[in-house]
Amino acid sequence: MNCTEFLKELTDYLDGSITGEVRAELDEHLLWCHSCFVVMNTTKKTIEIYRDNQLFELPDNLRSRLHDAIISKCKGSKSGKKTTP
Amino acid sequence: METIQKKAAEDTSELALVQAAKQGDLEAFSQLVKQYDRNIFRIAQHIMHNEDDAQDVVQDAFFKAYRNLEQFQGNSKFYTWLVRIAVNEALMKLRRRRSDKTVSLDEDVETEEGTMPREVADWGPNPEQLFRQAELSDILKKTIQGLPPGFRTVFVLRDVEGLSTEETAEMLGLSVPAVKSRLLRARLQLRERLAKFFKPSKGGDGQRELH
Repeated sequence: MNCTEFLKELTDYLDGSITGEVRAELDEHLLWCHSCFVVMNTTKKTIEIYRDNQLFELPDNLRSRLHDAIISKCKGSKSGKKTTP
Repeated sequence: METIQKKAAEDTSELALVQAAKQGDLEAFSQLVKQYDRNIFRIAQHIMHNEDDAQDVVQDAFFKAYRNLEQFQGNSKFYTWLVRIAVNEALMKLRRRRSDKTVSLDEDVETEEGTMPREVADWGPNPEQLFRQAELSDILKKTIQGLPPGFRTVFVLRDVEGLSTEETAEMLGLSVPAVKSRLLRARLQLRERLAKFFKPSKGGDGQRELH
């Protein structure tokens, strides 16, 4: 296995959706290829950093304003139900 | 087992809320809004990168969902259906804003950027601790903003919201291989761009070549 082939499988490898023989081949590649090891490791870290640092939380006051705006807009419209008899 | 039962109970009660909302029960719809508004806001912010626009997307998406509830057949989860509406709203808004450019989930798919890593220096053990929280947030926001909308949408659904490849594909109307290919590129491009902040300033490990 070369680096290009490894990279193609990187997403599935990180998601743990590769098992058996292919996973063993990928693991073996990582043993001797430092570059791919670093790419794998830093990609994993990239995902973790984005997952752990929720960037866009909805503040409570904005949340309640949005909620009220949505409901009042819905109130002024026909509901999802078709009203034709 | 308990988790499965709990999940099944949640699905049933959600379906009951949807059915009630279809009949015009606004209290039921309000509960659905409260259930998902944070997720929809996060997704909208990641796509729009502007809080006012994200607020509009949240409002429009929920309103559109309410108006079109009759079309929700229950074949997919309500959340899947809702996210699909929200993503479409967001992309439409981006398209209007940049009328000279096409904005779609297919944008920049042919780009080779990020498919072959250039930066292969390792990062320190806790690179995020090199920065204060506010600085780190700023770096992460600017970095993800640099990705094409189609890539950051896939990344936020899969890696930030933690949805499966199949769910993401359904939400975006893409095939599973298309989601995987965008996700790989998004992850690699983010990694490449973050490297300039996170790699150690000395070490000279970045010159190795891929085979």
